Amino acid sequence: MIFADAFAWLFDPVNWSGAKGIPLRTGVHLLYCLGAVLGASAIAVPLGLFVGHTGRGGTFLVGGSNALRALPTLGLVTFLYLIAGGGTGPVLIALVVLAIPPILAGTYAGIQDVDRGVVDAAKGMGMTGGQVLWQVELPNALPLLIGGLRNATLQVVATASVAAYVGIETLGRPLLDGLRVLDYGQFVGGAVLIALLAVVLDLVLAGAQKAIVPRGLRLVGQPTGPKKGKRSQKLVALAAQPDSGGSTA
Amino acid sequence: MIEFRAVTKRFDDGTIAVNNLDLVVEAGTITVFVGPSGCGKTTSLRMVNRMIDPSSGTILVDGKDILSVDPPMLRRGIGYVIQQAGLFPHRTVLDNVATVPLLSGWSRSKARGRAAELLELVGLPAELGKRYPVQLSGGQQQRVGVARALAADPPVLLMDEPFSAVDPVVREGLQDELLRLQAELDKTIVFVTHDIDEAVRIGEKVAVFREGGILAQYDRPAELLARPADDFVAHFVGKDRGYRSLSFVDASGVEVGAVPLVQVSEAVEPSGEWRLAVDDRRHPRGWLAPGTTVDGPLVEDVLKPGGSLFEVGQSIRGALDAALSSPSGLGVAVDAEGAVVGAVTATQVLAVIEGLRESRG
Ligand SMILES: Nc1ncnc2c1ncn2[C@@H]1O[C@H](COP(=O)(O)OP(=O)(O)O)[C@@H](O)[C@H]1O
Ligand SMILES: [Mg+2]
Repeated sequence: MIFADAFAWLFDPVNWSGAKGIPLRTGVHLLYCLGAVLGASAIAVPLGLFVGHTGRGGTFLVGGSNALRALPTLGLVTFLYLIAGGGTGPVLIALVVLAIPPILAGTYAGIQDVDRGVVDAAKGMGMTGGQVLWQVELPNALPLLIGGLRNATLQVVATASVAAYVGIETLGRPLLDGLRVLDYGQFVGGAVLIALLAVVLDLVLAGAQKAIVPRGLRLVGQPTGPKKGKRSQKLVALAAQPDSGGSTA
Repeated sequence: MIEFRAVTKRFDDGTIAVNNLDLVVEAGTITVFVGPSGCGKTTSLRMVNRMIDPSSGTILVDGKDILSVDPPMLRRGIGYVIQQAGLFPHRTVLDNVATVPLLSGWSRSKARGRAAELLELVGLPAELGKRYPVQLSGGQQQRVGVARALAADPPVLLMDEPFSAVDPVVREGLQDELLRLQAELDKTIVFVTHDIDEAVRIGEKVAVFREGGILAQYDRPAELLARPADDFVAHFVGKDRGYRSLSFVDASGVEVGAVPLVQVSEAVEPSGEWRLAVDDRRHPRGWLAPGTTVDGPLVEDVLKPGGSLFEVGQSIRGALDAALSSPSGLGVAVDAEGAVVGAVTATQVLAVIEGLRESRG
C-alpha cells in the first residue's frame, strides 16, 4: 500500500537527520523559493508598477511574460547548467524566470484595476505622478499584487524540486530517488512534504495580506489572491506530478 | 475669475471637443456648462485645472495664464469634484477630506482638524469620518467629495456632473446644499451637467454647448428660458419653458388678498363659499367646500386637501402653481413659518405677468 509506505518513509527517524535529512532539504528548498520570489519581485514589481502607472509598454509586457511562461523550466535549468556549470546560479535564475510572470501580472493588473475615477480625482487634487502611484495606485493594487506573489510562491515551491536534477538537495531529491529505485513510498512522501510546504507558505502570505491590505479595501471584498478552487486544483496537480511546475511540460 | 480666450481642443484622433471658446466665468458665481452628451463640457472644465491642455488659445484664472503654473500646484488651488466622487477606497472619510491640506504640507493633526470642520460644513455627522467610502450612500459620498474639494479653501471649484449619479430626491437636497454653501463661501464655481433643470436651478449664469464643442448661448437662466438664441437652445431648454421661466420672475407685484378662515376643532357656521381650515398656529390644513355641513367641532376628515403653498417672497411661478393646484382656485400664501397670510388667484397672477410683458415692450 503506497500511502502506508509513504507514511513509513515520512516517520522513519533515519530520514530526519543528516545532510540528506528532511529538515535540511526543507531548509534548502525554502531558501531557493525565498530567493526566487524575492529576486523575481525585485524585477517584476517595479516593472509592473511602471507599466501599470504609465500605461506604456502593456502589450510588450503581456507578450514578454507569455514568452517566459512558455519556457520549460526543466529545460532552462539543464541549459543553464550546461553553459554555466553546476551550483546555485542556474537553478535560481530558472526559478526567478518562473516566478516573474505571475508577480508581473498581479502587479500590472492591480494597478490597471484601480478605479479610473479614483486616479483621476487623485491627479485632480494635485498629486504628482509619484504621489498618485505610492499613495493611491499601490495601496489599491495590493490585493492583486499579493495574489500574484502567492501564485508565484506556489509555482516555485513545486518547481524547486527540479534543482535535484543538478544535484541540489531540495525536497525534489526523494522524488527523483524514489522514482529511480521505484520506491513509491519515498516518492509520495516527498510530494506530501512539498504540498505541505506550499500550504504553509500560502497561509503565511494570506496572513501577511490581511495585515497589509488597507481595511477600506477588505470591506469592498475585492479578489484577494488566487481563487480557492484553482488553488486546491493546483495542489492536487502538484502532488501527482511533483517535478513539473506547470511550465516544465 | 476664469477667462477662456479662443480656446480650442482637438484630440489626437482629430475630434474637436471644444471649438474656439470665448467665455468669462465671473468671480463668486456658479456658472453651469450644460448641453447634450459629447459637446465638450467636461473637456472645457478639465482644461481649467490642466487635466487636459488646450490645443490653442489661453485660459486665465484670476488673470494668470494657467499654462505658466505647474499642474500639481495649480490643482491644489482648484477644488475638483467628479461624478463618481472618486473617493480613495483605502482611506477613511476623514483622511480623504484631508488629502489636499496634507499635500500642501500641513501636519496630520491640523489637516484632520480641518477635515472634521468640513464634514460638518457639508452636513455630515462627525462619526462618519471614521468610516470608509464603501460604507457610505451615494449622496454621502458626493458630500464627502465636495468637502474634500473645499478642504484647502480654494477660490475656484470645478464640478463635473457631481450629482448625476444619485437619485432625484437626494439630488435636489444636494443642490440646495450647494446653494447654501455657496451663499456662505462665495466661490467661483464651474458646474457641468447635462440636465437643463439642474442648470437653471443652480446656475447664476448658464453656458449652453452644442455638438462640436460650440458655445450656443451664455446667459442668465431667466434669459435662456425667455429668449433662447436659436432653435437648438429653444429645443434644448425644452417644453414648458414659458412656465418654467416664471421661476425667475419676482412675485412682489402680486397682491395677496384676504381668505376666509375656519379653525379645526371648533364649531363652524354653514357658508356658500370656500373656506381655508387652519390649526392653532395658522398652518393650512385643507379646504372646506361650500355648503358642507359640519356637526360639532370641525374635523380634518371633511376637508379637501389643499394645493401647493406659495411662500411670500418666492417666484411668481410658485404663486401661479398655488392658485392652479388649489381646489378653491385660491392659492394659499404663507410666511416663512408656514402661517397663512392670505390668498392669490390665477387671474391676479396672470394680470401681473401680462403687465410685465407689456412694460418690457
Ligand atoms: N481623450 C479623448 N480622445 C479623443 N476624443 C475625446 C477624448 N475625450 C473626449 N473626447 C471626445 O470629445 C468630445 C467631447 O467630450 P466631453 O468633453 O467629454 O463631452 P461632454 O462632457 O460634454 O459629454 C466627445 O466627442 C468625446 O468623444
Ligand atoms: Mg462629461
